[in-house]
Amino acid sequence: MVILMIFVGIEVIGRVPSVLHTPLMSGANAIHGVVIIGAIIVMGKAEEGNLIALILGFLAVFLGTLNVVGGFVVTDRMLEMFKKKK
Amino acid sequence: MLSNPASARNGNLVAAVGMFVAILGTIFLYEENGQKLGNYTWIFAALFIGSVAGTLMAKRVQMTAMPEMVSLFNGMGGACAALISVIEFRHLVHSSDAASLDQTSLLIIMLGLIIGSVSFAGSVIAWGKLNGSIKDFAFKGQHIINIILLLLTLFIAAHIVINLPIELELYFYAAVVLALVYGIFFVLPIGGADMPVVISLLNSFTGVAAACGGFLYDNKVMLTGGILVGAAGTLLTILMCKAMNRSLQNVLIGSFGGGATTGGSAQTGGTYKEVTLSDAAVVMSYANKVMIVPGYGLAVAQAQHVCHELEKTLEAKGVEVKYAIHPVAGRMPGHMNVLLAEADVSYEKLLEMEQANEEFKNTDVVLILGANDVVNPAAKSDPSSPIYGMPILEVEEAKHVIVNKRSMKPGYAGIENQLFFQPKTSMLFGDAKKALQDLLAEVRNL
Repeated sequence: MVILMIFVGIEVIGRVPSVLHTPLMSGANAIHGVVIIGAIIVMGKAEEGNLIALILGFLAVFLGTLNVVGGFVVTDRMLEMFKKKK
Repeated sequence: MLSNPASARNGNLVAAVGMFVAILGTIFLYEENGQKLGNYTWIFAALFIGSVAGTLMAKRVQMTAMPEMVSLFNGMGGACAALISVIEFRHLVHSSDAASLDQTSLLIIMLGLIIGSVSFAGSVIAWGKLNGSIKDFAFKGQHIINIILLLLTLFIAAHIVINLPIELELYFYAAVVLALVYGIFFVLPIGGADMPVVISLLNSFTGVAAACGGFLYDNKVMLTGGILVGAAGTLLTILMCKAMNRSLQNVLIGSFGGGATTGGSAQTGGTYKEVTLSDAAVVMSYANKVMIVPGYGLAVAQAQHVCHELEKTLEAKGVEVKYAIHPVAGRMPGHMNVLLAEADVSYEKLLEMEQANEEFKNTDVVLILGANDVVNPAAKSDPSSPIYGMPILEVEEAKHVIVNKRSMKPGYAGIENQLFFQPKTSMLFGDAKKALQDLLAEVRNL
């Protein structure tokens, strides 16, 4: 599974022209925002009274969301630049 | 879908939708020992606030500040991974006694913590460097200290996992601090022009940190995403280094810097010629072929739209105008492409370095807009130069070279550029936007 993913990662990058390297970096950035799922799990498992876990969890989900949402919007803006001109 | 600029945008959208589905799926469907996730209010609140903040930040930022945004968001992901480790560690420590702590989980937690923290701290520093608030800072023996910091962090992590000492928590938080400091010192001495490579590397780090989370929860989505980015990010970093013809090691250890290294031993200096606006206008308007070499100066002056105007005006006069894009012109690969695309320049006019180098000998005038190191002949001729070996745009092959800069001050590499003193070259001083506007006015008058 790990090997497969490494292979896929390398294949995907290999096909991308260098002019797309920066949007690619931005896209990859958004994708590792998937770490937010771990934050959601950790938050969801925290007990009601455990304030520290809740606060840290809240912070983690918030930061993860910034990564995901910010990442996809920035990538979209970069790629918008490549629209065919009228 | 990702290999073509036109369809890449859809690829991005697909990925975003996938992420959205994964998030909702986790919230509502995740189960551990029959127990679903709780604290929905907190979760949705954080998601909502994060989405609003992320969207606002991403939409408002200027195109030229994109790399630093990528770095900032990368740091957020790293911090998220590190926090997950902190919470899980606390949970682990408080719910079981010392003797029965699961060492595999501890190992994954420590890895996620260290990698996430280094990525977070490093990314914040990279963000600061790119927006100019943090200067390059290097001191003697820094690299030894960096290595010591790293080894110490890893040693403590190993101690925690293998020996399960009584003062577990103390060591844990020490590791957090050390990892953060290492992240800072790792990025601090690296020059601003090398930041994109560093950001790409930190990007892959965060990917690996995310994968650690995936291992911890045996979550396929996190594992997939994390490893994909870890691998892709590493390859991209290597590709970027190749474009600069420098090894990754060189980028991380060497620092360009105005004071730290002095330029090569070649003869530099001499006299340079200035060209008047009207002469520049004439030579460009009556040329058959003009090549524009954009650089960071164009981005700083936000002069890309005026540049496009000049291009159109010249083409209306029968001049063939193309752009020569060096892979590391500007502050990130593709920086110039994005800048010019924003100004509606057709991307067929943008030539990659190899193509451009073949066409310079047939070019009458080269107009260099705020580019410096990418056209510095020392890269070919002076082995002691910090940029030696980097492939450059061979503008000297053309008949005339006009260089637009604000002053004679050196560019990012901090070295003199012999091109400016060569007989075919003349200087056109001024801010790129103003210079182009004035030049455009002159050309229109002809």
